[in-house]
Amino acid sequence: MSALPPSAPAAGADAAYLSIQDVVKDFGGHKAVDHVSLDIAKGEIFALLGSSGCGKTTLLRMLAGFEQPTSGRIVLNGRDLAAMPPYERPINMMFQSYALFPHLTVWQNIAFGLQREGLPRDQTAARVEAMLKLVQLGKFAQRKPHQLSGGQQQRVALARSLAKQPQMLLLDEPLGALDKKLREETQIELVNIIEQVGVTCVMVTHDQEEAMTMASRIAIMSEGRLLQVGVPADIYETPATAFVADFIGNVNLMPGTVTADEADHVVVDCADCKHYVGHGITGTLGMPVTIALRPEKIHVSRHKPHEDFNTARGTIKEMSYFGSFTVYHVELASGARLKVSQANTARHKDDALTWGDAVWAHWSRSAHVVLTR
Amino acid sequence: MKTPRLPPWLGGLLSGRSAVVGIPYAWLLAFFLLPFLILAKISVSEMENVVFKNLISYQDGLLTLQLKLSNYVFITEDALYLKTYLASLEYAAATTVLCLLIGYPFAYFMARARATVQPVLLMLVMLPFWTSFLLRVYAWKGLLGEGGWVADALVATGIDQLLYAAGLIAAPGKLLHTPFSLVLGMAYTYLPFMILPLYGTLAKMDLRLLEAAADLGANPWVAFWRITVPLSKAGIIAGSMLVFIPCVGEFVIPELLGGPETLMIGRVVWDEFFSNNDWPMASAVAVVMVLLIIVPLALFNKYQAEAQEAGR
Repeated sequence: MSALPPSAPAAGADAAYLSIQDVVKDFGGHKAVDHVSLDIAKGEIFALLGSSGCGKTTLLRMLAGFEQPTSGRIVLNGRDLAAMPPYERPINMMFQSYALFPHLTVWQNIAFGLQREGLPRDQTAARVEAMLKLVQLGKFAQRKPHQLSGGQQQRVALARSLAKQPQMLLLDEPLGALDKKLREETQIELVNIIEQVGVTCVMVTHDQEEAMTMASRIAIMSEGRLLQVGVPADIYETPATAFVADFIGNVNLMPGTVTADEADHVVVDCADCKHYVGHGITGTLGMPVTIALRPEKIHVSRHKPHEDFNTARGTIKEMSYFGSFTVYHVELASGARLKVSQANTARHKDDALTWGDAVWAHWSRSAHVVLTR
Repeated sequence: MKTPRLPPWLGGLLSGRSAVVGIPYAWLLAFFLLPFLILAKISVSEMENVVFKNLISYQDGLLTLQLKLSNYVFITEDALYLKTYLASLEYAAATTVLCLLIGYPFAYFMARARATVQPVLLMLVMLPFWTSFLLRVYAWKGLLGEGGWVADALVATGIDQLLYAAGLIAAPGKLLHTPFSLVLGMAYTYLPFMILPLYGTLAKMDLRLLEAAADLGANPWVAFWRITVPLSKAGIIAGSMLVFIPCVGEFVIPELLGGPETLMIGRVVWDEFFSNNDWPMASAVAVVMVLLIIVPLALFNKYQAEAQEAGR
């Protein structure tokens, strides 16, 4: 579709470390996971992103071994996992809401997996101490889980899942149980720890911010299918479908028709404006397309821009102030509303835009994404 | 209309909260603690013809408190009492273990059964309560007596030989009125009291903990012993107490299913009260029995309190 930012270092270049091959999970006629194929490279932090019920958790549970695929193969490091029960897989999971053993201390929780391996006592102790140090919980070794805060429990869960030095780490909504402020801090800390350990990681989340900040690559899932796989910037700036565009961040979707199709540009006619798209598309003249425009890529002002293209006239009907930026809802001639977000770069501007102002919206030739499906 | 204002102490007494807490306490006070104190008093009283002498008397300016401890001394001196107490504890313990062995798997599978089946299973556990306990125990007499189905089955499979070898029955083929029939009858009767608390703790266990255990390399057997059993400790203790305590003082089942060699303390109390008409002695035996039971109960309560504090 377009020339786009460089791909992430890990993306697909190496031979797949984890290979999910045409996996289907059928729950009595309902396909929770529907022909999913995915390759994940060693050392990658990969996020499965989707709303609840999209099949991401089922896919994760199949990796852990709690569910068996109806068909398809899962291969980790050259080994087919199909016949392997969860307790034999070299994979550990950090559970949503952690599933820490309430009757065991922090120390015993972390040691649990190592003791199952039959690791000698002194080595177990050394490994547990190292894990406690890694997550900075040394002081809390003898506490029971319920005596810890949510953030501390989360780190115990992480330490427990890393203690066995798994070939793959699974994170099920890793930060879902934390409040917003703590979540932002923990995101970075979690990535740091995972990268320090160097474990390949698959996480499941419904929080796009979490996926974008933490993951090297993201897969968007809906109704059991993979809609798009790519690095966060690709997914955001080059959504493949209207669904993905809408799912990730905010977007204005405008249906239109291709009225000029040249090698270096196309023109799309929409109800309220003409779009001049500064790159070619694989399409034909007269083809119906959808233009996706991110709110932050649009500029509003009271003055008419110089160009006739990529501009629309309207009235501010709605304003939401977020502090660092403001979102304006501009009603266009057709009645459609355009969301525009503008950074608040100056304090207390006298001529600030406000409700009812007649404005011109304007955007650049590279701001659009032309969606053919 | 204004409600008449009550004095604060009366208002507090009549408020819903104190009623909820107060009524059971009042009940226990009136029907457990008070009778027990009366019993304790009788156990140290001197009989004078058919009335008990007052413990405290005042005569010629002399205030005397008279406690007759000879009954307690007699209990410690006569080996029969000690033997009977120990036998009661042993049979109660055996019954508790048997109930646990049968009840745990039962409660486990009940708790893991499909949610739609669970109420039915629960109902089946409680179904025996719908017929008289006496009838059910009496029925065992028929089942274990000569020509009874269970007796025939046990003889046919040679299990009676094993029971004989273990010293649980007096002779092969003779199952009734033995320690075996006594413990069987008590286990049968008290099994639901073991199953229900076990089911309660097992049903509310977080199954993700078992997934977490499996994820960390525990096979199902290890996960059961390391996670399920420790987490059902409260249920095991509650069930064991509910079986053990009434079994110690059990009277009817030993009477119907026990034999001459299975003398339990309930029987002794009965004999002292109604055969010997020695109320002070009977009371002393009963008081010692209550104390024997209170010790494990106190331990249980202590554990419960600790568990509560630990947030489990």
